Amino acid sequence: MVRPVNSLTVAALVALLPGLVAAQSWTDQPVDPSEHQEEVAVDYEDEGRYYTADDVPTYNIAEDGTVDWLTFSGFRRYHAECHVCHGPDGEGSTYAPKIKNSAVLMDYYDFYDTVVNGRANGNSVMPHFGDNPNVMCYLDDIYVYLKARGMDAVARGRPAKKAAKSEMIQEAENACMG
Amino acid sequence: MKKLFAWTSVLAISAIGAASANEALMSEIDNPDQWAIQTGDYQNQRYSALDQINKDNVGDLQVAWTFSTGVLRGHEGSPLVIGDMMYVHTPFPNIVYALDLADEGRIKWRYEPKQDPNVIPVMCCDTVNRGVAYANGKIFLHQADTKVVALDAESGEVLWEAQNGDASKGETNTATVLPVKDKIIVGISGGEFGVRGSVTAYNMETGEQEWRAYSMGPDEDILVDPENTTHLGEPVGENSGTNTWEGDQWMIGGGTTWGWYSYDPEADLVYYGTGNPSTWNPAQRPGDNRWSMTIMARDPDDGMAKWFYQMTPHDEWDYDGINEMILTDQEIDGEERKLLTHFDRNGLGYTLDRISGELLVAEKFDPAVNWTTGVDMDPESDTYGRPEVVAQYSTEQNGEDVNSTGICPAALGTKDQQPAAYSPKTELFYVPTNHVCMDYEPFRVSYTAGQPYVGATLAMYPAPESHGGMGNFIAWDNIAGEIKWSIPEQFSVWSGALATAGDVVFYGTLEGYLKAVDSETGEELYKFKTPSGIIGNVMTYTHEGKQYVGILSGVGGWAGIGLAAGLTNPNDGLGAVGGYAALSDYTALGGQLTVFALPD
Repeated sequence: MVRPVNSLTVAALVALLPGLVAAQSWTDQPVDPSEHQEEVAVDYEDEGRYYTADDVPTYNIAEDGTVDWLTFSGFRRYHAECHVCHGPDGEGSTYAPKIKNSAVLMDYYDFYDTVVNGRANGNSVMPHFGDNPNVMCYLDDIYVYLKARGMDAVARGRPAKKAAKSEMIQEAENACMG
Repeated sequence: MKKLFAWTSVLAISAIGAASANEALMSEIDNPDQWAIQTGDYQNQRYSALDQINKDNVGDLQVAWTFSTGVLRGHEGSPLVIGDMMYVHTPFPNIVYALDLADEGRIKWRYEPKQDPNVIPVMCCDTVNRGVAYANGKIFLHQADTKVVALDAESGEVLWEAQNGDASKGETNTATVLPVKDKIIVGISGGEFGVRGSVTAYNMETGEQEWRAYSMGPDEDILVDPENTTHLGEPVGENSGTNTWEGDQWMIGGGTTWGWYSYDPEADLVYYGTGNPSTWNPAQRPGDNRWSMTIMARDPDDGMAKWFYQMTPHDEWDYDGINEMILTDQEIDGEERKLLTHFDRNGLGYTLDRISGELLVAEKFDPAVNWTTGVDMDPESDTYGRPEVVAQYSTEQNGEDVNSTGICPAALGTKDQQPAAYSPKTELFYVPTNHVCMDYEPFRVSYTAGQPYVGATLAMYPAPESHGGMGNFIAWDNIAGEIKWSIPEQFSVWSGALATAGDVVFYGTLEGYLKAVDSETGEELYKFKTPSGIIGNVMTYTHEGKQYVGILSGVGGWAGIGLAAGLTNPNDGLGAVGGYAALSDYTALGGQLTVFALPD
């Protein structure tokens, strides 16, 4: 039962970290990937989507560097919807924090909630994307991509090799985008 | 005596109200002791007749005084100086400070508007603001939330307010306003949110809306006369703002108007450019998408368009056409011509006849530009005035879900809004540029009001096989269409330049340097590192007979977002990642004005 304890600790830490909410500096809370390996480990696959033992979406990188479809798709969607504030590759900017680290340090459900509802701290404001299909239909994609970035599991830039898009992922996308 | 006279004249103008030509305002702008308009003058030349600081003594420049704005985020634009007063603005929350230069810069008044912070995240790329304007004893502030406010220049008291747009639909503002005659000309931002761009005129005295000209839509919306408004000498015809769009896409068509505005009092025409058509996925908007990406000449009295020139029909790369239009009178082939010179995001430097809209020159102002082989200059040709697109770099021809690689310039353009300067002494333009290329992959997106509407992924990196830096500062001959000299810079040059009669050109760098170079040769004469990266514009003025040079520091904007963590080139393969300089290794946030002078 190490996992739930960790999760709670992380959630509590997140609430206290000014760097994550205030976005006042370029120096966000760093991530040490070795401390988070258990939280991102793949437990099972469901037609091209990968999950942890807690049913949280996660990335899957093959030994030859091939990334799962969601990680690749997340790279694309991130660089359309998010990078104009959070900078290339989740690396942060003069304007907004290193969101690649937030994806590791924040609980999945908190991350999801922040994207859906937004949040504000003085003049630092994260918008709400809950009614934006270009974000909501790809939120797991963006999440696992950023988590892979925060864990240094994928390098900066466009992933060179990607797994094919499964039929189930395509069907879900069609249904969501309308 | 001079001080007293300046204030008397300001009061007199307020009392009389605006004359139709507003000669009082023009004489304020023409006075080189002041910096009465963001663009230096109506022509947008950013040239000062002051020559106390010159190429022989600029090396002795020292910091005279500094002022912290109290705001982080990107500081674009510059202060104004009118009489003994300096007006300094900030990014969101858009504070205005009135500093009394006769009293050691004491804050005479300050104004901080109340704005809904929800406007912050709908501003693409930082909460910058390019400064206040002055006319008739009033300071005009165009806030982030698109409220236009007229303040009493002496007291800071609010005289009128007008709401230009709706931030909940993604309509925001970053630009200054242009005071012309008895009106204030106002633009709008939000091309990445599906906003339909427009330019609006408000009465200078009352704030009442007088006219609005959209960039696309029916003729009555875009204020054209189908017979008399021309495009490259031909009438635009009926429905020109809808007939190059499919369906109702023009209603969320972009073409926003967030750049600089210039004015020719003799021709009585206002000039500006329109931005990218939305979305960034060209497959979702077949056609030329008129009048996005267009240089526009309009009558300031009623907004009626005299001529248009669409530079990038059916944009495929986000090359907004909003950069400044610099007006000059120069000789070509022995004939005196009234010219308009424009350095577009698409990497082409255009020279046009500003009365007729005739295209005279269109040449690359960065040799790296590769998306086009050039513009068809043959008036008899079917494709006259159109750029020839190179298929390899066409995101339209390569199609949705295909990553087009190695396109130069990147979406931020060979030059963004950072304004160039012109010296009538050298007849050269001094242009801050980006030297960055990109990969661009368009894909399908759906529109939701007030939400980003982008539809492309892109990766940017320094121009390959060049000096490795991300910028150049160049001198350009607008008649020959040639680069005269080019100074390589490590980062994009995101600061507005200033040319002076002292044969010096000033500009700022993203590391934070204010630099002075020889206007003939480009030789560096002086540099000083200010507290933060510079994306503001250099200005100059005289106080009690002494010349000063002022610059706002405060890194941010598109440059701060794109370059903070450094760029990577995915085509370089593994190992090269992180090989390019990260701006965050050189500078940090902080808004400050630094004012320079020669030692006594």
